[in-house]
Amino acid sequence: MIEIAAKNASDLRSQSEGLAAGFPALLARAQQMAATMSIGAHGRRRAGQGEEFWQYRPAADGDPAHTIDWRRSAQSDQQFVRQMEWQSAQSVNFWIDPGAAMDFASVDGADTKAERAQTLGLALAILLSKGGERVGLMQNPEPPKQGEVQIGRLALSLAMATNAPDYAVPPNKLLPTGSQAVFLSDFLGDWDAMLVALSKAADQNVRGCLVQILDPQELSFPFKGRTIFQSMQGSVKFETLRANALRDEYLDKLARRSDSLRALARETGWQYHRHVTDTPAQSALLWLYGALDAGARA
Amino acid sequence: MIGPIGFLSPWLLAALLALPILWILLRAVPPAPIKRNFPAVALLLGLRDRETTPDRTPWWLLLLRILAIAAAIIAFAGPVLNPTDRIAGKGPLLIGMDASWASAQSWAVRKEKLGSVLSQAEQDGRPVQLVMWSDLPKSDFASSFTTAPAWASRLDAMVPNAWAPDYPKWTAALETVDVNDIIWFSDGIDHVGKLDFLRTLNARGKVQVLQNETSVYAVTPLATADGTLKTTVLRLDGTTPATLSLSAIGPDPAGIRRRLSKADVEFAIGETTATATFDLPTELRNRVRQVSLDNVASAGAVTITDDGIQRRKVALLSGVREEEGNDLLSPLHFLRKALVTTAEVIEADLGDALLASPDVIILADVGALSEFETEAVTEWVSKGGTLLRFAGPRLIASGIGQLEPHPLLPVRLRAGGRTVGGAMSWGKPRKLRMFDQDSPFFGLTIPDDVSVKSQVVAQPDPDLAERVLAALEDGTPLVTAKPLGEGRVILFHVTASSRWSTLPLSGLFVQMLERLAISARAAALEESELLGLTWTPVEYLDAFGVLRDAQTLQGVVGADLATGQVSNEVRPGLYENGERAVAMNVIAANATLSKTPWPLGTSIAGMERPEEQDLKAWFLMAALGLLMIDIFATLVLGGKMNMRKGAGLAVMVIGLSILPATTIDAQPTDDKAALLAANNTVLAYVLTGNARVDEVSRAGLTGISAELFRRTNIEPVPPVGVTPGVDDISLYPFLFWPMSEDQSIPTVKAVDAVNAYLRNGGFIMFDTRDAHLSDSFGGATPNGRKLRQIAGRLDIPRLEPVPQDHVLTRTFYLLEAFPGRHLGRNVWVEAAPEDAAQIEGVPFRNLNDGVTPVLIGGNDWASAWAINDQGRHVFPVGRGSSGELQREYAIRFGVNVLMYVMTGNYKSDQVHVPALLDRLGQ
Repeated sequence: MIEIAAKNASDLRSQSEGLAAGFPALLARAQQMAATMSIGAHGRRRAGQGEEFWQYRPAADGDPAHTIDWRRSAQSDQQFVRQMEWQSAQSVNFWIDPGAAMDFASVDGADTKAERAQTLGLALAILLSKGGERVGLMQNPEPPKQGEVQIGRLALSLAMATNAPDYAVPPNKLLPTGSQAVFLSDFLGDWDAMLVALSKAADQNVRGCLVQILDPQELSFPFKGRTIFQSMQGSVKFETLRANALRDEYLDKLARRSDSLRALARETGWQYHRHVTDTPAQSALLWLYGALDAGARA
Repeated sequence: MIGPIGFLSPWLLAALLALPILWILLRAVPPAPIKRNFPAVALLLGLRDRETTPDRTPWWLLLLRILAIAAAIIAFAGPVLNPTDRIAGKGPLLIGMDASWASAQSWAVRKEKLGSVLSQAEQDGRPVQLVMWSDLPKSDFASSFTTAPAWASRLDAMVPNAWAPDYPKWTAALETVDVNDIIWFSDGIDHVGKLDFLRTLNARGKVQVLQNETSVYAVTPLATADGTLKTTVLRLDGTTPATLSLSAIGPDPAGIRRRLSKADVEFAIGETTATATFDLPTELRNRVRQVSLDNVASAGAVTITDDGIQRRKVALLSGVREEEGNDLLSPLHFLRKALVTTAEVIEADLGDALLASPDVIILADVGALSEFETEAVTEWVSKGGTLLRFAGPRLIASGIGQLEPHPLLPVRLRAGGRTVGGAMSWGKPRKLRMFDQDSPFFGLTIPDDVSVKSQVVAQPDPDLAERVLAALEDGTPLVTAKPLGEGRVILFHVTASSRWSTLPLSGLFVQMLERLAISARAAALEESELLGLTWTPVEYLDAFGVLRDAQTLQGVVGADLATGQVSNEVRPGLYENGERAVAMNVIAANATLSKTPWPLGTSIAGMERPEEQDLKAWFLMAALGLLMIDIFATLVLGGKMNMRKGAGLAVMVIGLSILPATTIDAQPTDDKAALLAANNTVLAYVLTGNARVDEVSRAGLTGISAELFRRTNIEPVPPVGVTPGVDDISLYPFLFWPMSEDQSIPTVKAVDAVNAYLRNGGFIMFDTRDAHLSDSFGGATPNGRKLRQIAGRLDIPRLEPVPQDHVLTRTFYLLEAFPGRHLGRNVWVEAAPEDAAQIEGVPFRNLNDGVTPVLIGGNDWASAWAINDQGRHVFPVGRGSSGELQREYAIRFGVNVLMYVMTGNYKSDQVHVPALLDRLGQ
């Protein structure tokens, strides 16, 4: 924190520029990942506003004359009205954990959790945006929007995010009813704060996905000997003389955290997924896409 | 001392005792905690260590550290490999050396050891007396103890003797000596009286024997057997197999000593003797003067020969035709018997005998030879032959030498001869008179039964007395001799058969022949043959087995030789008396070598020690290396470093510290030329392949070199021609490259070499020699085109004509033009940088950086500079005095260019001088 205070404006700017330099890369990666998926329709399976043909129905009284499809009607004696499938745009809010704890990779050169989360989130946003949905970030006050520009804006704000505390909680943002939310985090922070934030989101009649992104080291705990564990920003420290003796207890606590998340998701009708950074990101993207699709169709 | 390792300050090793404590301490201290970033640390909060004992430092890390510390402790204790033994003590020190022929083999080792013994004595401040047991004791030796350095200064001049030590004499001499310690450099051989001497020494002081391990080799005198030469090689140490080679050495026909033959001997394990055989033709065998072991420098390994092994060729001729069944009456019978065992006997007619080049021709009762034969024999005798004649009826009948001296008779003879003691005469047969002192037969005993009945009598000429070798009781000559050229003619005034005397029947006859060196003796010299004579040394052997000219040595009486022992008085070597020679060898024929059986309790040390080596540095390096490993291991353990990366880095660091710096190979080059170029300033020109152009280049550079020498501090040696890509041009600061139409385009290798040369600060001056007949550089002339072809492949920067403010115009002389033999328009150099700015108040731009690597022009400078061997200019320049002025300017330009090559932009820097001075003033 002192470190941050010490930074003057120019430092901040140069750092931001450095960070923003990663933005095209992030976007490119996300787009590349998104390109591996075929875009599916988000039809509502009923007639309404939309571009896709849905059905012809016999014209009834009160139908304005310009709605009658004359070509179809000419095939028979009846008049038909051409109805399109109702395609309402969903809005999907993303919360991509900006906490410093996410900025961790146990193997040099591998993705950090933050990178993975951002890539996944942005790729999904691109997919959704191409599918006509509106996407937005919970961090940002703006409502979800559609289109390339919005994707760019998302990527920019992801890349620009800096100086977060070790553990972040989802912001308290008003979500439109019936919209969806995607929470990408390691969910390793304070559980109570997390529970409040998640409950609040779920209470707004919003469905969504919880994706817990973990590093392989966090799953295996391969440590031995006298060790001082510290969080990425150093706000939390823990010293042990024999790290190997703690392994079982740690794994137990981790499993309980996952269980809690899963239970929470079940209660609120959300979906929970655990993703480890040493597995391909595509699998998580696929799961996410399927989960959202299912949610949309439900 | 631990094995071969000793310590300078061994008490420091006590610190090693502290290592176990250190182990325990190090073990008790837990390793430093590893700091790890771990996002899930929040989950760990609240957990508790169940075990309180901390994780321990791994044992191997502990071991590493302990080893490092142990190495450091040992290093500071000053370990020394093969420390020299210190012979400590106080009081007078007597150093006695056997210094015999057997010591000569390892004399250098002994001297080295002696030097270290002396330096130790010097450190201890002891009085020292150094003696060689093989010398005779000096009377004052007991009182002449002196400081060790005084002995050390004489060390170089010390040489061993070729004979064995004389212990009994020293036993007596040592009685008055008062010493504390005695160091005895033994040669390992059990000389006579050695153990008694040890007892004597033990009584005087503490004896330390130094003895080296190399085996001693010796060669016994040559013996003849079955027409071959045999010698026995002895050795002291029979524990290892060995193969030695022997050389038989003697004069070649030109008189130069060289190896005549070679023989190998092999020793099996346990064998201490081996026999070498030389099977040589007589011609060669007679020339063998010494046999020596190759590569063993010792008098014992050399045996020299006297005439004992020689077999002379003797031609026997008689005037009587052989009659069957009458052997005993044959004039040659007794001669044959006397000679056949010891000489090569040739019996043929005179013509054939002379063809066989005999050493001796014996004419038994031969009368006149034909004129032709007389001439041939006279010539043969003059060349060194020995003609031995026996009298007889035919000699008398022929009448030769009776009226006037005959060349082949030593004296004039009386006609008739005389008969004494015969049936018709009154006298008794005459006995022989005792031989005179100066007679070759001196010392031979005359048997009683030798008597002479008849003889030829010599005319009493004035020179008769000096020609008599033996006479009868009444003084009539019996044997006479005269020199003839290099040879001699000897006449026995009796027959070779028993007809006129009983001499041929006696042993005296054989001995006389021997003394006349006509027959060689078959066995070793009898004592009687040596006694009474004084023998003059001709050559002597030094201890290292080298034959030396015995100019100053005194003669030796026969009695001393007869002992067969070499000593201070009788050195090994070749002794002569008259015609006979005796070889005294170090090793007697029946000698054996045996090791000194030192009694138990004798303190014996070796001599050959490997050189003392200080190991401190190695131990310190080991400690350092271990600590380095420890650093990496700790880093890896502490998670500060990746295992793989750490190992790589460690290997790299250790490798870097151990590997010697390797140099990058330059182009292969002629060392001599490279040395010349590196040690001197050498101007070089590129060989174009056109001899005329090359000659002009050489002459031109010679000229400018001379001018530089005269005018400047650059003092070049004569220029050299180089071929880029073949010669290493990197050694030459300046390369003159004239263009000629017919030179070949440089090879790829040459282009690379030239480019490297230009990049690394070389300077090439291209000269098209065409005065730039075309307007711009590299135009239409053939040389210009050639330059383009060549330069196109080179790494030449952007060029511009030399600007008026270029440094070249003022490196030594102030110049405005750059004439050579021509006064061309432009000379090109590397273009100045675009942003070169002119400083106000300075007449030229600031062109400080960038020395041009090339200078291209066409003014044929080499021709203007060229001088011949007399120092005169070779080519005319211009006309009259203006031409000479142009030449002067050409030379000035050359000086400027070379100054530019040597000093770069130094002159340009001068512009800052006022500013610098100004600043210094403040």
